[in-house]
Amino acid sequence: MLPEAWIVRENLRETEDVVTLVLEPGGSAAPTAFAPGQFNMLYAFGAGEVPISMSGDPGDPTKLVHTIRDVGPVTAALCRLQPGELVGVRGPFGSHWPVADQQGRDIVIAAGGIGLAPLRPVVHHVLRHRGDYDDVVLLYGARRPSELLFTGEFESWRQSDIQVVVTVDHAPADWTEHVGVVTTLIRHGKFETEQASAFLCGPEVMMRFTAAELESKGVSPDKTWISMERNMKCAVGFCGHCQLGTEFICMDGPVFTWPRMRNLITVREL
Amino acid sequence: MKGLKEVISEHAFFADLPDGDRAIIAGCAQMASYKAGEFLFQSGREAEHFFLLRHGKIALELQAPGQEPYRFETVGEGEVIGWSWLFEPHKWQFDARAIDDTSVVKFDGKCLRGKCDNDPRLGYDIMKRFARVLVQRYADTRLQLIDVYGKQGG
Ligand SMILES: Cc1cc2nc3c(=O)[nH]c(=O)nc-3n(C[C@H](O)[C@H](O)[C@H](O)COP(=O)(O)OP(=O)(O)OC[C@H]3O[C@@H](n4cnc5c(N)ncnc54)[C@H](O)[C@@H]3O)c2cc1C
Repeated sequence: MLPEAWIVRENLRETEDVVTLVLEPGGSAAPTAFAPGQFNMLYAFGAGEVPISMSGDPGDPTKLVHTIRDVGPVTAALCRLQPGELVGVRGPFGSHWPVADQQGRDIVIAAGGIGLAPLRPVVHHVLRHRGDYDDVVLLYGARRPSELLFTGEFESWRQSDIQVVVTVDHAPADWTEHVGVVTTLIRHGKFETEQASAFLCGPEVMMRFTAAELESKGVSPDKTWISMERNMKCAVGFCGHCQLGTEFICMDGPVFTWPRMRNLITVREL
Repeated sequence: MKGLKEVISEHAFFADLPDGDRAIIAGCAQMASYKAGEFLFQSGREAEHFFLLRHGKIALELQAPGQEPYRFETVGEGEVIGWSWLFEPHKWQFDARAIDDTSVVKFDGKCLRGKCDNDPRLGYDIMKRFARVLVQRYADTRLQLIDVYGKQGG
């Protein structure tokens, strides 16, 4: 599958090392529908290609929105792109958060750091279909306040009856939200554990402990999904770069039910 | 307005405490409230109390001379704060400051220690409750130390 050229319409700085790119179709590229949790392979010309999740509204496929953390050569090149420049796009790929199937249930979204980007489409879906769900809680943790993403949207999410509970590891004295790890937020969200479906994305350690804590509180492991964002190359199940046990993250994931990953995620060699 | 016993029974920390025990411990308790910014206790002072949080948030902070206070944890509704009342030398090791206007049930530690000494069964029950909180906080602190969100994190 060859990349199609998309044009950068906006480059929005979210934090010191994270930007959001808003892309519109160039030349032969056509808008494609995607589901929350899916990703594209983004190709920065002259630098290389990396998997990046959709962070925009699945209800508006006319543009692509990607939120990227600068961690190395390719992500740095993507973060530098300016309006009018081109980016190669292949996708969408991968499994999705099954939020549309959870009607009538409580939704718990637990994100750490950049992990809120792949989960924002879940928030968008909930906002468009708020009446389909009972309690909805977003539990979000980052290292410090300046590293939180999408803070400008929290107020409008709250107004749509989404509980947004935020924590950081370190905070100055004027910070009025929580301080502590994201697992501690579980006790501050109001939801019924037995009827909750949980979507987790963040560093693997964070997902592991959050899934375990949710399970200990009564959330069914079969109703807990995590997104495994380990690195990959081809995105179509050929190269084996992203193979984890019997799973190919690019084809079978990145979104998996927690029981499918529970044993693999703790294996040191994988 | 709700009575002390009722408020204590509604709080997660003592929710499953037998009625009789609840009556005993209520004798050492009073309602209290703190305005945002006010200290519940300060490092180095006598640790004579512990607190069940009903509404609001409390920040735990360490002071270092010439620096901003280091805020390492917050405690919210349904949680308990303070265990120095249980252990010698009964001195606070950090500051607790209300972030929001906060209401609490405030327990007199000396009074409760006396009751626990007289009734070791009750003492053991209370010790277990505090041990659970300590273990949880210890686990949380370990996770916080890993710096999971760092670039090499996860
Ligand atoms: C399905 C999927 C979805 C993703 N979605 C996003 C997203 O929405 N936003 C985003 O910013 N990133 C996302 N990533 C991660 C992103 O693909 C990597 O950060 C990128 O490939 C790094 O490439 P690089 O050339 O910039 O850095 P490299 O030189 O390849 O790596 C730089 C450093 O980052 C580490 N690293 C590389 N990839 C990963 C990874 N996947 N997880 C943890 N550490 C890694 C490396 O070990 C190295 O230390 C996603 C990954 C996957 C598999």
